[in-house]
Amino acid sequence: MAVCIAVIAKENYPLYIRSTPTENELKFHYMVHTSLDVVDEKISAMGKALVDQRELYLGLLYPTEDYKVYDYVTNSKVKFVMVVDSSNTALRDNEIRSMFRKLHNSYTDVMCNPFYNPGDRIQSRAFDNMVTSMMIQVC
Amino acid sequence: MEVAAGGGCGAGPPLLLSESEQQCYSELFARCAGAASGSPGPGPPEATRVAPGTATAAAGPVADLFRASQLPPETLHQITELCGAKRVGYFGPTQFYVALKLIAAAQSGLPVRTESIKCELPLPRFVMSKSDAEIRFGNPAELHGKKVQIPYLTTEKNSLKRMDDEDKQETPSPTMSPLASPPSSPPHYQRVSLSHGYSKLRSGTEQMQPASYETRQPIGQPEGSSSEGPGSKPLRRQASLIRSFSVERELQDNSINYPDEPWRITEEQREYYVNQFRSLQPDPNSFISGSVAKNFFTKSKLSIPELSYIWELSDADCDGALTLPEFCAAFHLIVARKNGYPLPEGLPPTLQPEYLQAAFPKSKWECAIFDSYSESMPANQQPCDLNRMETSVKDMADFPVPTQDATTGDDKQALKSTVTEPLPKDLSEDTATNSGLLPPPPALPPRPCQTQSEPVTEADLHPQLNRAPSQAAESSPAKKDAPHAQPPSKPIRRKFRTENQTTESQEPAAAVGGAASAAVVKPHPTVQKQSSKQKKAIQTAIRKNKEANAVLARLNSELQQQLKEVHQERIALENQLEQLRPVTVL
Repeated sequence: MAVCIAVIAKENYPLYIRSTPTENELKFHYMVHTSLDVVDEKISAMGKALVDQRELYLGLLYPTEDYKVYDYVTNSKVKFVMVVDSSNTALRDNEIRSMFRKLHNSYTDVMCNPFYNPGDRIQSRAFDNMVTSMMIQVC
Repeated sequence: MEVAAGGGCGAGPPLLLSESEQQCYSELFARCAGAASGSPGPGPPEATRVAPGTATAAAGPVADLFRASQLPPETLHQITELCGAKRVGYFGPTQFYVALKLIAAAQSGLPVRTESIKCELPLPRFVMSKSDAEIRFGNPAELHGKKVQIPYLTTEKNSLKRMDDEDKQETPSPTMSPLASPPSSPPHYQRVSLSHGYSKLRSGTEQMQPASYETRQPIGQPEGSSSEGPGSKPLRRQASLIRSFSVERELQDNSINYPDEPWRITEEQREYYVNQFRSLQPDPNSFISGSVAKNFFTKSKLSIPELSYIWELSDADCDGALTLPEFCAAFHLIVARKNGYPLPEGLPPTLQPEYLQAAFPKSKWECAIFDSYSESMPANQQPCDLNRMETSVKDMADFPVPTQDATTGDDKQALKSTVTEPLPKDLSEDTATNSGLLPPPPALPPRPCQTQSEPVTEADLHPQLNRAPSQAAESSPAKKDAPHAQPPSKPIRRKFRTENQTTESQEPAAAVGGAASAAVVKPHPTVQKQSSKQKKAIQTAIRKNKEANAVLARLNSELQQQLKEVHQERIALENQLEQLRPVTVL
């Protein structure tokens, strides 16, 4: 379903980027990068009052001609950005949410590893496998 | 028949041996001496140094034999002292015979006194010795043939290394398999080792190893070769052992089904892992936190990504903490990795926590299985801890810090002889090293460099080691550092022993200096005290340095990370600058 999944750290540098290999990866990287601005905008727009119960799932950031970009922010400002093929119209919001939930769970598992320093690139194979499984479903 | 033991024995009374006793003793002695003379290390050096031409029994086989008598360590110490081996520094025929007689006396319930040996006694019973010999002789093909798993497994055990020694030098001779029979011995040894906290463990596991890897002969051998009276006793004993340890036999049988799997944790390894766990977390039912485990495993000197991956594999519930089975699995993976095995894609079935908990029942974890010995492990861990610490100390001493250097080939050869030495020493080290073991595992020493630099000093150490098992004070400081250094790494045991010996030798050698070789026959206490103090000081210093190294390494990695972040910020800023610059500049 997803063609590209990225995990962005709080400081807006990527911890993990994975795209389907058939596509031009750079394009996806660029899209993810530009989406960060939108994310920041949304976060600041939410205001301080909503900080406690801030919706982690930000939803559709913006649609482009081919793709849709979804985003999910954790409480520690780690952003999960997902680029989805627009032709996959059957993709519902709930499915996206569940995918993000899985991502978040895997991410916390990675965090639990004491050998992982927050801010490192994510090299966990379990995380890789999970992301790959989400992406393979596209084809 | 009389053996005038007055000269050799400290007490002086002539030793009266019956025919059967004489026969049995001489055979035992021949075996021990033969094993000693076969191996390059311990036998000849001490023999040549001490009494050229005199047949001496190496401390290793003798110690094994004594332990096989299943007497408590204190008794064995007493016996060793009484028989005079400690005094003269070696086990000559007289000392050996006196010792055997004392063992028989002790086994009959008599106090260990020289007067005890004056009366008629049954022959001493040794349950383990046969299996030891069989292990030595039965394993050459497997040990040298299957490079992949056997070396891995053999490296896990010092005793196997010793076996290799004797294997290479002696042709497997079924006739040498003496008194005890193997089939029940592995489980028995497990029990015994646990209860005694000895390196019996090693022998037990070494027993298990060959048993699981070969469909042997051992079963046939004992019957055939044990023709003497003593043989029948171990057989009877063995029968009872078989009955009582059917469960462990099954366990062993399970292991037989997977002889090729490097992911199978052997009993000995398990003991070691459990002891390490205890050193980090006294309660075996709770778990080790992530940071504690991280510090511990970092000492294994594996790269952080690998350690991260190992953690990922072993922490099945991803809770950031390791329970005992998870810890064992992680430790095992680390050991395997250090031995050169590539990390598996997924957790092997034998390392799954459920499997580990099923295979090694709770009672083992709590060392509460065996209750037929006075030292049986109660359910509470405190007394167990003591013995386990002892075992772990011994084990850790024997399995020093791993090294991935493959340069230990010659070291191995040179050091194989040393394997036997620490074993008798370990007997006495336990209590002394206990205190040294309990503090949190210090940073690992740079053993590889030590290893390579100090193969020569072992010779110095041999005399000391050979002298008597009761060099607790002396060896304990050496062992202290070795245990501390080992924690996560249990790679190739040969290397360990090499390093262990190296460390021991270099420290005592450094401490004792040239006096080591010269002081062979000097009275032991003074030399021991002196060297032990120096050893302790050196070890403390080494430990501190290692800790500092570990801290600095971590600091370095953190700083690297910060550097990366700063780089990225800089890139972002430069991009902004580019955007802000007026276009007309171009």
